[in-house]
Amino acid sequence: MGQDGGVSRAEVCVAACADTWRGAGEVLASPIGALPMLGARLARLTVEPDLLLTDGEAMLLAAEDGVVEGWLPYGKVLDLLAGGRRRVMMGASQLDRHGNQNIARIGPATRPTAQLIGFRGAPGNTVNHTTNYWVPRHSRRVFVERVDAVSGVGHDRAAAAGPSALRFHDVRVVVTNLAVLDFAGPGGSMRLRSVHPGVTREEVLAHTGFPLAIDEVTSTRLPTDDELTLIRSVIDPRGLRDREVPA
Amino acid sequence: MSADEVVASLRDGMTVGIGGWGSRRKPMALVRAILRSSVTDLTVVSYGGPDVGLLCAAGRVRRAVFGFVSLDSIPLDPHFRAARQRGAVEATEYDEGMLLAGLRAAAARLPFLPTRAGLGSDVLRLNPALRTVASPYADGEELVAMPAIELDVALVHLNRADRHGNAQYLGPDPYLDDVLCAAARRSYVSCERIVPTDELLRGGPPQSLLVSRMHVAGVVEAPRGAHFTSCVPDYGRDEPFQRRYAASGADPVAWQAFLDEFLAGDERSYLAAVDAFHGAAA
Repeated sequence: MGQDGGVSRAEVCVAACADTWRGAGEVLASPIGALPMLGARLARLTVEPDLLLTDGEAMLLAAEDGVVEGWLPYGKVLDLLAGGRRRVMMGASQLDRHGNQNIARIGPATRPTAQLIGFRGAPGNTVNHTTNYWVPRHSRRVFVERVDAVSGVGHDRAAAAGPSALRFHDVRVVVTNLAVLDFAGPGGSMRLRSVHPGVTREEVLAHTGFPLAIDEVTSTRLPTDDELTLIRSVIDPRGLRDREVPA
Repeated sequence: MSADEVVASLRDGMTVGIGGWGSRRKPMALVRAILRSSVTDLTVVSYGGPDVGLLCAAGRVRRAVFGFVSLDSIPLDPHFRAARQRGAVEATEYDEGMLLAGLRAAAARLPFLPTRAGLGSDVLRLNPALRTVASPYADGEELVAMPAIELDVALVHLNRADRHGNAQYLGPDPYLDDVLCAAARRSYVSCERIVPTDELLRGGPPQSLLVSRMHVAGVVEAPRGAHFTSCVPDYGRDEPFQRRYAASGADPVAWQAFLDEFLAGDERSYLAAVDAFHGAAA
């Protein structure tokens, strides 16, 4: 609960994450992290009922009642993603203005100052199907001029790598605790699409380590009453969202 | 055979593929046997978890070949991080799908397999030996030619096996254990229980028979042999112990204390120390 008639920032973020699954259709949704998972589940209960979701391991769960509808172990996901019937929302330790994402390391490859998880599936995801990002703490540490390693491929790097990298490349939206950004700026650069209620555009700019393209900045939509009921009573009664985005 | 006998067949400098995924169904009894040996200078290929962390902490790894190293419920392995951050371990970093393509290429005796994964990313910049390949057909595609990742040895842990090496997983996910075994010159299976061949299908469906004896050079019965990683349905991950392991990555003193408490003796004394750990915590 919070500003705007009791709607919390976390709930705005869940709805904004849910919006990233619009139009996905009957594909595997791979939301990485708590908020993206809540967003994908909300989308499936509202605008994208045909999305497929796993239990985080090998089982595809049909709906909120946990009925198993299929089997998708990790190795099969690696094959599936190359076929494109998938959409992801990943996190990012660093992101640049072109949507290049780093989850591998900070510092040089031979001796990193911080070894992170590795490239994971980010290179393959980004050149094979739609990819969006979730950043729970919008800051200059994350939004940097230059990422230390390109794990997820951004628009400039995909273009430079040629037609085979571009063919299915589709990095669209970044949802943060402050704003929604896309790549509709000049040359596919990052643009401030909307700021969450209670956030100013100056605040977003101050927490971003590079200039953002700006044209018409709107206010991120509030969840509908139906969505709020679903968030609070069905998909997140224990309030995981508030731990990731504190009021 | 015994875990120590498996490790006696390893040589310094070998390329060893390790099965499981993250902190799930890792052949930890075999990893612990490596820690008891003098084997070192290994190139470890893994969908990495504490197998990589432990071997790095013990200084046995020259190079890690990985898409990720994670403890799952704890996102990063502190031992692997520390080793990388002091420059002690070289890295060949791949996308997870590239790793799979490389293992499949080795299993099929192909020099490479084409994949889209990696294009445009720093995986190609970090591995300057990686090449792309132009499609010979009229599609204009140019893809990554992921080279075969040939393994000297694969180590995997499954739920059941017979003494011939027919091995069965009873949990929800095979991971890439079958591909690893097929990509290796020699593979060793540890399992929770060795059973007569005719008992295998009483425990699970035909498709649970993941690894065939044709790929297996030796079988080790190692109850709790994946500990502290998960080996469902036999047991889940030992989260309190995993936290203890992760905490031992804080500094050399904490690591030495972990070694003294759990890894100074053989597998039996390890499991006894784990039981004592839980008894003391209860």
